[in-house]
Amino acid sequence: MADVTAAPLSRAGVRRAPRQSLNRVNPVIYLVLIVVGVASLIPFLWMLLTSVKDYGDVVSLNVWPWPPLGNSMPRFDNFAEAIRLIGVDRDTGLPLFFRHVLNTATVTAIVVASSVITSVLAAYAFAQLQFPAKNALFILVLATFIIPEELILVPRAVMMNKNYLNWYNTLPAMVAPFLANAFGIFLIRQFFLQIPRDLYDAARIDGAGHMRYLTFVMVPLARPAILTLALLEFIWTWNEFRWIQLVTSSSNMRTVSVGLVGFLQTDGGSQTQLAMAVAVMVVLPVVILYFFTQRYFTEGIATTGLKG
Amino acid sequence: MTVTTSESGSVRHRLRVRAVREALLAYGLLSPALLLFLAFTVFPIVFGLYISLHNWRLGPREFLGLGNYVRALAPDSEFWPSLGATLTYSLLAVPIQITIALILAYLLFQKIRGKALFRVVMFLPWVTSTVATAAIWARLYSPDIGLINSLLRNLGLAPLRWLLEDKGLFTLIAGGLGVTLPDWFRGPSLAMVAVVIYTTWVFVGYNMTLFLAGLGNIPGEMYEAAKIDGANGWQLFRRITWPLLSPTTFFVVLITVIGTLKAFNHIWVMTQGNNGTQTASILIYRQFYEFQRAGYASALAFLLSAVILMVTVLQNRVAAERVNY
Repeated sequence: MADVTAAPLSRAGVRRAPRQSLNRVNPVIYLVLIVVGVASLIPFLWMLLTSVKDYGDVVSLNVWPWPPLGNSMPRFDNFAEAIRLIGVDRDTGLPLFFRHVLNTATVTAIVVASSVITSVLAAYAFAQLQFPAKNALFILVLATFIIPEELILVPRAVMMNKNYLNWYNTLPAMVAPFLANAFGIFLIRQFFLQIPRDLYDAARIDGAGHMRYLTFVMVPLARPAILTLALLEFIWTWNEFRWIQLVTSSSNMRTVSVGLVGFLQTDGGSQTQLAMAVAVMVVLPVVILYFFTQRYFTEGIATTGLKG
Repeated sequence: MTVTTSESGSVRHRLRVRAVREALLAYGLLSPALLLFLAFTVFPIVFGLYISLHNWRLGPREFLGLGNYVRALAPDSEFWPSLGATLTYSLLAVPIQITIALILAYLLFQKIRGKALFRVVMFLPWVTSTVATAAIWARLYSPDIGLINSLLRNLGLAPLRWLLEDKGLFTLIAGGLGVTLPDWFRGPSLAMVAVVIYTTWVFVGYNMTLFLAGLGNIPGEMYEAAKIDGANGWQLFRRITWPLLSPTTFFVVLITVIGTLKAFNHIWVMTQGNNGTQTASILIYRQFYEFQRAGYASALAFLLSAVILMVTVLQNRVAAERVNY
């Protein structure tokens, strides 16, 4: 552990020297990085361009059918047509796609809130309190982290059917496995451990108990870690597919990912431009969120490195 | 804590009360997470074992003992080909992904302009929905309207069937050269290769970010000292970066291997497990979702988990010898 505290100091001290003494950066390096960067973006650009094409231009492989190279006009109607083809929600009369967005947003909000709260509470106990069986419980949390999801997928799904919890096609089933997670507990605990204990002693002298100290000192100090956790949970839940597909069957209980796969197997299968229009709408919220908060993603991944 | 004899019993009593209250508070804080783990992780493992011993449809039909396991491990069972596909996928994807990620991290660690922009862009595929990006790539791979085949045609090459192609990679290459290969030398199916290319696209930026963090932890004096001694670029990498990066490398390899052994979403969207891409995860899902065979699927899941566990233990064994902590 000693070198963990030593590392930032030594890094800050010498960082500048070796970099500046490096020779001028080879232009080939830029070339390679630009090629890889473009390759990362091309599928997204292709999706965007395709989502506003005519069927004819898709089939004739016209990459840019609009002026000045072609005569077509961008077809923004594709979005409306895709939404129409996905169908109508029988409960509300609204387009089903909006229902899917609402379901996804609800599931995501519940999972983010619950996993952040349960992680912060548990992390505080592991980082700050002394109690019997602390190590055993910590190992239990560790174990839930290592267990492959494949192992529990089937029994979890069986638990949801009508012979057991009878949660099939309901919100509780959609969120249940994600309400607490070991990754979050580790991440926040790691951060809490770095906060000096003197701070707690000072707070005690001022008359603050554990809960006040947690709420008004620890949580604000751990804000970057909490934000990282919330953002990762957001994208994991927004993008979740397999579990939701397993525990829902009625179209008005599905999320955008499951809805997209369903659409690919129906109208979206032959109408690529409509499939891509739906893909744009599924990807866009996450991409926008990512661009505004990317620092928390890359730093969170770099410091914890967990979960593929 | 030492309690001197001069202290009164009431102080000791107060300390004990405080310890009990602290423990109660701790259990209270832990209970939401622990109860959720017990209900939705620990219990399902036990329940899954119970299910795997039965012929199970909506509920238990009959007790089979180890019947599902015997069936899964029979010589003609679909478990073996699926395990083969899983390992093929892993053996292809892991080295490609990690080599490219390491090279990119090394390049990006130089004094580069626009470093942050490159990082943000390369990380983007990992952030976005696997289902959506797999759907995009499935269209890019389309034999008729796909961008990739249109590129091949423009280069004067023969278009390929990509995700629809069951033929092996080596068979196809040899076929192009006019040679016929024996069937055992067919190589991974082209569909599998296409899936691996997609996986590389998704995970390279993520692994690169981990490598960048590892590179940042190597003290700069090391390089300074070596350069004064006249080390060249390759020697710097081979003698300093590579050994000092080994904990990061080990970690990245570990999570990538485990990730590839469990790969599901993108394969499901791109091929539904057809054309030599039916990995163990896909097989488990299909047995349960399409055929409602919960017992057999649970038995398969235990076998896959055993394989993942064995691989993890094996990797830790290797790492203990090779990694410099």
